[in-house]
Amino acid sequence: MLPGVPLLSFIIWLPVFAGLVCLFIGDKSPRAGRWVAMVATLTTFALSLPLWADFDRSTAAMQFVERLPWIGAINAWYHLGIDGFSLPLIVLTTFITPLVVVAGWRVIEDRPAQYMAAFLMLEGLMIGVFAALDGMLFYVFWEAMLIPMFLIIGIWGGARRVYATIKFFLYTFLGSVLMLVALVYLYLKTGTYDLQDFYAVQLTHTEQLCIFLAFFAAFAVKIPMVPVHTWLPDAHVEAPTGGSVILAAIMLKLGGYGFIRFALPITPDAAAELDWLVISLSLVAVAYIGLVALVQQDMKKLIAYSSIAHMGFVTLGLFLTWGIFRNTGSLEGAGTAINGAMIQMVSHGLISGAMFLCVGVMYDRLHTREISAYGGVINTMPKFGAFMVLFAMANAGLPGTSGFVGEFLVILASYKANFWFAFVAALTLIFGAAYTLWLVKRVIFGEVGNDSVGAMKDLSPREFSVLGILAVAVLALGVYPKPLTDVMAPSVQLLVQQMTTTKLPTSLSPMENAE
Amino acid sequence: MQATYLTIILAPLVAAALAGLAGRLIGRIGAHTVTILGVGLSCVLSVGVLKGFVDGTATPFNGPLYTWLVTDGVHMQIGLLVDQLTAMMMVVVTFVSLMVHIYTIGYMHEDPGYQRFFSYISLFTFSMLMLVMSNNFLQLFFGWEAVGLVSYLLIGFWYTRPTAIFANMKAFLVNRVGDFGFLLGIAVLFHFTGTLDYAEVFAKADYIAGQSVQFVSGETWNAMTVACILLFVGAMGKSAQVPLHVWLPDSMEGPTPISALIHAATMVTAGIFMVARMSPLFELSTTALSFVIVIGATTALFMGFLGLVNNDIKRVVAYSTLSQLGYMTVALGASAYAAGVFHLMTHAFFKALLFLAAGSVIMAMHHEQDMRNMGGLRKYLPITYWTCLLGSLALIGFPGFSGFFSKDALIEAVHLAAEKGQVAGAGYAYFCVLAGVFITALYSFRLVFMTFHGQERMDEHTREHLHESPWVVTVPLVLLAIPSVVIGWFTVGPMVFGHWFGGSLHVAEAHDVLGELSGEFHGPGSFVVHAFSGPAVYLALAGVATAWFLFLKRPDLPAALRVKLSGLVRVLENKYYFDWFNEHVLAAGAKAIGRIFWKGGDEMLIDGALVNGSARTVGWLSGVARHLQSGLVSHYAFAMIIGLSALVAYTLLHG
Repeated sequence: MLPGVPLLSFIIWLPVFAGLVCLFIGDKSPRAGRWVAMVATLTTFALSLPLWADFDRSTAAMQFVERLPWIGAINAWYHLGIDGFSLPLIVLTTFITPLVVVAGWRVIEDRPAQYMAAFLMLEGLMIGVFAALDGMLFYVFWEAMLIPMFLIIGIWGGARRVYATIKFFLYTFLGSVLMLVALVYLYLKTGTYDLQDFYAVQLTHTEQLCIFLAFFAAFAVKIPMVPVHTWLPDAHVEAPTGGSVILAAIMLKLGGYGFIRFALPITPDAAAELDWLVISLSLVAVAYIGLVALVQQDMKKLIAYSSIAHMGFVTLGLFLTWGIFRNTGSLEGAGTAINGAMIQMVSHGLISGAMFLCVGVMYDRLHTREISAYGGVINTMPKFGAFMVLFAMANAGLPGTSGFVGEFLVILASYKANFWFAFVAALTLIFGAAYTLWLVKRVIFGEVGNDSVGAMKDLSPREFSVLGILAVAVLALGVYPKPLTDVMAPSVQLLVQQMTTTKLPTSLSPMENAE
Repeated sequence: MQATYLTIILAPLVAAALAGLAGRLIGRIGAHTVTILGVGLSCVLSVGVLKGFVDGTATPFNGPLYTWLVTDGVHMQIGLLVDQLTAMMMVVVTFVSLMVHIYTIGYMHEDPGYQRFFSYISLFTFSMLMLVMSNNFLQLFFGWEAVGLVSYLLIGFWYTRPTAIFANMKAFLVNRVGDFGFLLGIAVLFHFTGTLDYAEVFAKADYIAGQSVQFVSGETWNAMTVACILLFVGAMGKSAQVPLHVWLPDSMEGPTPISALIHAATMVTAGIFMVARMSPLFELSTTALSFVIVIGATTALFMGFLGLVNNDIKRVVAYSTLSQLGYMTVALGASAYAAGVFHLMTHAFFKALLFLAAGSVIMAMHHEQDMRNMGGLRKYLPITYWTCLLGSLALIGFPGFSGFFSKDALIEAVHLAAEKGQVAGAGYAYFCVLAGVFITALYSFRLVFMTFHGQERMDEHTREHLHESPWVVTVPLVLLAIPSVVIGWFTVGPMVFGHWFGGSLHVAEAHDVLGELSGEFHGPGSFVVHAFSGPAVYLALAGVATAWFLFLKRPDLPAALRVKLSGLVRVLENKYYFDWFNEHVLAAGAKAIGRIFWKGGDEMLIDGALVNGSARTVGWLSGVARHLQSGLVSHYAFAMIIGLSALVAYTLLHG
């Protein structure tokens, strides 16, 4: 990499710019728009590879930093940089988006250029969220990102798309507004929006509680956690396939990332005090949502609920640190929990993306998502069936696939905090397998269910390549996750340290405070 | 040496990938050639490894392959442990697998999924080798679940059959219940030791045994007991112990070769292997051993009963497998690990043989599996008959056959354990395994007599087409029959009463029943003679005699008995109502609760009351507010006047 090249800016603004080009070209030439999207997303992915290669794995300091004055009046800076938490999620974003472009290649007939433009801008803005080190910049990206998503669901969505869009909007907006209040408060306190200053500032118990709850509202909705999760199944059901993929694979991760970047290091004492709340809600997600997923009749809803259950492992892993300390008197295992949460995010990005693409493949042929409309798909689509079984197994957390790694680490770590945490979390082994395999049994296996299933054509080379790439990624991460933990190690260590260093003006430590 | 071990593991994987991904390209012959070469190579090399341990030239190997990940400074590594126990398992796995590969050429030759089948069984061989050659819990769990995956794929191999795709889901889910416990057990060990490496965990075994686990405040358990019971729950799933046994009979929906390979000889014994491998841990908790022995004994006897009433030839063998797995488990509980593993080995040969013989019968009968429609087959299928007879004699423990040595050693060990009172439940176990001998002989020879002897009950068309199976089927039968008969003679001395297993099995001094018995062991010959002074041999012979009387001499009697004992028969035919309970209480209950959560929780409470409720409230409020915006200028003017007056009044009063 050339020194001084603002790589992060490139990968944020290149897709956004390409999106504008798509809009400019318009639908007169759908081919041109698609190719612009293709080239832009692939270039973005290529540009993100030097990030991975040149990333210094020995430090938790921010890297590839760019800092320019932005809004002088409120001391907001255009401040970008990445650490071991942002890097994997950025690469996940640049990896998934080209696949979505390919998946939507022929499927989207209505306003294809605008469709591609929406995804391109979305990509840039999401990367912006992961790279922003300035609170205001983060907030702007965070909110701006919602707009293309609303459009994707609202324009290319299904029958009840308006209901779903409004529900999605209201939920996420309510959370975001509270986050803005928290950010403004921190600005008033520090005179800056710089995250490092937010980390350094001391906050009283009440301040921390209020700020934590505000962040919690924003991020819990996004992940989503029970009971603010009901927007997700509706949004997924109505979104077009590409929208579902991005939503599940990347947007949900913004919530987990938000906890890592804001709530945990800025308000460690409040987080320590309220960890029981987050942990309980996470465990509820595993058990309650697991059972709800079991009885879904719509494939997309089933996978959406499965996403919520899987994201329960992310929030569980992120909040185990204090419980482990209270139970064992040591922080051994805290890093494992956070590693597990991060790996679960990346892995879920791959697996849920693949699962939604699989549903999309079937939907394109039969135009229904009802489980009962299918049956015996493997008879007519053997290649597709093989992929579907693979991704289903990954979704059920089979060792050797990426789905196992995160859950395994979180379960190991949660035992250190409390036997019953591990007990409930491990229920996912049973529930996850039950809802996923029952889906596979009803949709993939069996006699050909009806004539329309009998007429289904197996994967086209385009579909095959998309699912094939994801399959390789899922297996690679499952067999060899070390590159990922290597990238994260110093950042995880720093986060554990931040989480356990009190920010109260008095000398109470978070652990003492929590008791 | 590491290169050899890697080749043993990877050869079947490469073959599976070739047959699975390039199956159409290399064709049917290509698929079976490449997989047989792969597994054959593994088998030859494994025999070489075992030979090294037999000669005493080899030393145990324990080393890492690569680091899976690093977390909190813990290096989770993939690695290999090859010692005597592993070497024996490797040979059993690859040899039976090779036999099954060859047999499959004949059994599946008409099946359109030919290449896929070979790919699966080679993938299974790879997974099973990963499991037995692992030196750490992570890889053990990988192999554990991977064999479960292949089992799932193979039970559902004929994926259009509703029973098959129900059975494979059931198998996977029941195994997942076991794995749930298994994973928690691993978590307990990881918590106390901070490592997943066997050797490091074993080194800290005494420390773990000194720790306690608290479930609810005030209620503490010994940590080792908790860990071992949880690990054993995993074994109960994989090795089909009561009450997690329900999947194994249904797994017979899969093609017969895999019933032999996976659901008799290898995968289902993974639980037995695992407990033996973990002997340094189990030895430190008599509570856990007690749990093991009681579960095993219950499985050994009560699953044997079910073999008496079933008419499906494969399911009878399946219930026999359940019962024999119970025997192995009992041995583990009595700390006679070597006897348990020894029975695992002999059982692998004769049970694979019995399944493959059953498959040969099924082929000849045009996929008829009901023994009521068979009979007199011995003259049409002479090789199948003789090998099946030898296998059955081994199974019932006929003196001199391999099963005799393993079962008799096992029973002796349990007897001694019961006399010493070293674990609670040993007395019960001794009763179960003894009674089980009679039951085993009875159902085994019921099968032999109903299938091969007596009246020919098949229809005319089937009879005309009856013929012995091709050589690819009969050769594996013969090759399996040889060890089924003779292997015990050579191996019982060193494996059970000697110290051949060395450090790979660990027995606490106070539990060393086999060590105590070894003083009385003076070679296999005198062992056979000695057996006639115990009850087991006579019970077995009595079982055969009873079967002869009931099914050949007086074939009218069983029907009459069925009527007499109709209540008991109903319980047995319903398999003690385990399936009924699982389907109507557990599965239906989970679905009902899920529906309540979904409709009641998500849709009514959260969406109905909170989300849409607040939306409605906002709507109502705006409806109220709308009245204020009537659009009539007079109203606005009036409101302005009121407002102004109020303002003026306020300033005047506070001014």
